[in-house]
Amino acid sequence: MTRYDHIVVGGGHNGLVCAAYLARGGRRTLVVEAADHVGGAAMTREFAPGFRVSAGAHVLDCLPLDLMGELELERNGLQFVARGLATVALGQGRSSIVLADGGIEGVQAGDAAAYGRFSRQMRRFAGVLDRVDRMAPFRLSLGGWQERLDAARLAWAIRGLGRHDMREFLRVVGMNAYDLLTDQFDSDLLKGALGLDATLGAEHGARAPGTVLTLLQRYAGRLRAGGGAMQPAGGMGAVTGAIAQAAVRAGAVIRTGARVRRIVVESNRACAVLLESGEQIHAGSIISNADPKTTFLKLLDPDQLETDFVRRIDRFRSKGLVAKMHLALDDLPTFTALQPTRLGARMLLCPSLDALELAFNPSKYREVPERPALEVCIPTINDPGLAPAGRHVMSINLMAVPYDLGADPAAARRRLAQAVLSTLERYAPGLSERVVASELLTPADLEREFGMNGGHWHHGALAFDQFFFARPVPGAAGYATPVPGLYLCGAGSHPGGGVMGIAGRNAAFKVLKEGH
Amino acid sequence: MQAQSAARSHYRRPLVTTPFFERCRDLVETDSFIAWSGYTVPDVFSSVEHEYFSIRNAASLFDLTPMIKYRIAGPDAQRYLNRLVTRDVSGLKVDRVAYAVWCNEFGHLIDDGTIFRLGADDFRLCTAERQLDWLLDSAIGFQVDVEEVTDRIAALALQGPTSCAILKAMGLAGIETLRPFEMGHYRLAGLPLMASRTGFTGDLGYELWIDPEGALQLWDALMAAGRPRGLRVIGYQALEMARIEAGFVLPNVDFVSAAQTVRLNRETTPFEMGLDWVVALDKGPFNGRRALLDEKRRGPRRRLVGIEIAGNKAAHGALVYDSSKALRQVGEITSALWSPTCKRNVALAMIQAPYFATLKEFWVDIYLHRELLWERRMERAWPVERPFYAPQRRKATPPPDR
Repeated sequence: MTRYDHIVVGGGHNGLVCAAYLARGGRRTLVVEAADHVGGAAMTREFAPGFRVSAGAHVLDCLPLDLMGELELERNGLQFVARGLATVALGQGRSSIVLADGGIEGVQAGDAAAYGRFSRQMRRFAGVLDRVDRMAPFRLSLGGWQERLDAARLAWAIRGLGRHDMREFLRVVGMNAYDLLTDQFDSDLLKGALGLDATLGAEHGARAPGTVLTLLQRYAGRLRAGGGAMQPAGGMGAVTGAIAQAAVRAGAVIRTGARVRRIVVESNRACAVLLESGEQIHAGSIISNADPKTTFLKLLDPDQLETDFVRRIDRFRSKGLVAKMHLALDDLPTFTALQPTRLGARMLLCPSLDALELAFNPSKYREVPERPALEVCIPTINDPGLAPAGRHVMSINLMAVPYDLGADPAAARRRLAQAVLSTLERYAPGLSERVVASELLTPADLEREFGMNGGHWHHGALAFDQFFFARPVPGAAGYATPVPGLYLCGAGSHPGGGVMGIAGRNAAFKVLKEGH
Repeated sequence: MQAQSAARSHYRRPLVTTPFFERCRDLVETDSFIAWSGYTVPDVFSSVEHEYFSIRNAASLFDLTPMIKYRIAGPDAQRYLNRLVTRDVSGLKVDRVAYAVWCNEFGHLIDDGTIFRLGADDFRLCTAERQLDWLLDSAIGFQVDVEEVTDRIAALALQGPTSCAILKAMGLAGIETLRPFEMGHYRLAGLPLMASRTGFTGDLGYELWIDPEGALQLWDALMAAGRPRGLRVIGYQALEMARIEAGFVLPNVDFVSAAQTVRLNRETTPFEMGLDWVVALDKGPFNGRRALLDEKRRGPRRRLVGIEIAGNKAAHGALVYDSSKALRQVGEITSALWSPTCKRNVALAMIQAPYFATLKEFWVDIYLHRELLWERRMERAWPVERPFYAPQRRKATPPPDR
């Protein structure tokens, strides 16, 4: 029987990245995945006969280029059908705003100049955030030399912005996006689109503090990914497929259909996983790609953790607010404000910051938005193979959909689906008639489908109080946990989710450094 | 609905009464009541000295109802408690009681109390402070129900050399066979009556637990059986004297609960309190274990020691020095008493490391307020064994009748 050095619980993209780096480090590594495929939510699946779509994230806009290079993802089969995807702030009339890397079309000269200044500054700030994201969180006590060095590096990176930018960075980083964008721009449509980017995946609307941080995270992601969003051929499943192949080539073993029931702790050390089948597999350490609540509150025996820690994990805010909707279309829709050549872009449907704020309001009261803000892609424009010939798939991220849909979830889902279609109709009249099949995944569905507690695509809100040395909670922030031999490598750890892989890589380096 | 309106009007009556209040009220001569965990209870009935001597020389009756009580029941109850407290409770048998303390993740004391094992999966936890939130958060992941039952149980402490005789006279057959920390089950007025050989006086004594409906009948039966055996009702102050003689620690007197400290380093650990005997580092994981293992290696920063002080002036709140010149402060007094039974001036003192181990002699700076003038005495003190007073009858089974 093979004796493994490490077992990674969960074959989501971070688990696979972690396994790949561990295997490259010479460690005998096993990945156990509950589903019959790897990838977690980063997978491609058929939602209607012949129609396939990325189940979660639908564009790749934060996977670092260096990580892709290190894991040789392109050699492992990853291809892109589009790079540097433009973002379109879709108008309801005849004109839209197109945001491409470094340029903008469709706004007045004042906004165009402001956008240039703004995005250059955001990229400089994002450079600092990228340094933070790549760093394994240190403890605030700065106990060791390495921690002091990391803290000094971080301080130096902020100082390196120069006097003016440093002040501005420290001024805006805790701010809300609404005020920042209102200060910069005139166009409601432009502000609405940037506001949507700031709040996609966040807990509250653009007026909430901390939304500049989430906007900066988006810029940092793009910076790492080499500029704009990319669309992998075959959907997101191709990305995780390539990472899995990189892991296997490096020597890792991946077992699907192997659901973990318990992480076994003996003599105060995590030493094995117990599968639902009853099989127990031993290893020197266990690395969990599952979200923090699942890891600590479901997979561990409760007496292995202390009350204070359990209390912090219990209070970790993990309720998602983004739903996913997939439409199978028998023909391309016509958008009144977009040329057909632009249909392969990432479209943001949010007329203004106020519209965004209004879309978020109902979610506070466990209600669905009447006019949701949407991020829309038609992946079949660039990748026709995802649907039968001549047909198309529309993939929609749907903002501000609460996890708890109140007393009558079925009715709420019907209202929500209707609201999405009627919103789309305002931009593309007649679209509803093209829909031949559809699928709606609310946060509660995402939780059930992919085993993420709360259905949050970051496994938990990305906010200052759940960031860096407080992510997911103090006591488990540096990928190590209070249980010796148990590590975290998922989106619930720093720097969070999105198909980014940094949490998985940072965790692997931590484990490699700490030995077996 | 009724519960809701009661909850909304609670502020109109900030203190509630115990089921024994109407009896106590008739017996209190001094009109001195104090607030204890939201209840109003007598501080002194007639004279502290008389009440104190009834504990040591005859028998005393004390209303224990305000002590916070939780019921902890369910298939995981034992596991839950073993993770909660520092002591190993897996060996605690049904109908036995154990003293325990519990800590947070830093090994800092939250509270102390007693665990009553009522059944295989059924426990009662008696505590000094309310802490339902802590107990409920500790229950995350466990199959266990935790509820506060303080007002559903009326409790009396019957303590003193004639206490067993009183209960025998009351008809509690076989009470004399109860060993210390053991529980017995009886009936009174058609209700179950539980007696445990426990107490806070360090003397022979029992605690009696009954449904509030039977409270007054229990009281009357005890008073009737106690009359020829010197029974006297006592207030909080007399009990406090006996508590110090017994060397027991009191939360928020001898240590500050980590749930309530505001200032840095005011928290206390079980090792600092000299409670090593209730810390089972080898029983498996529990709250505070990692921190306590570290402390075990390092040694405690300070330690609570029993001391005896020259003279007869109780050293309330006094500072402790290494020499009569008061050059270096090495600690402070947390509880102090001129012990009427021992005829010794005793105190509990928190002494800094390394002095608790190295010094054989301390000096205590006592301030006395006498007719509006402060007098200062620098008295010699020395470490002594705790408990300060430990009569043989507290452990004897069967206990002597007087």
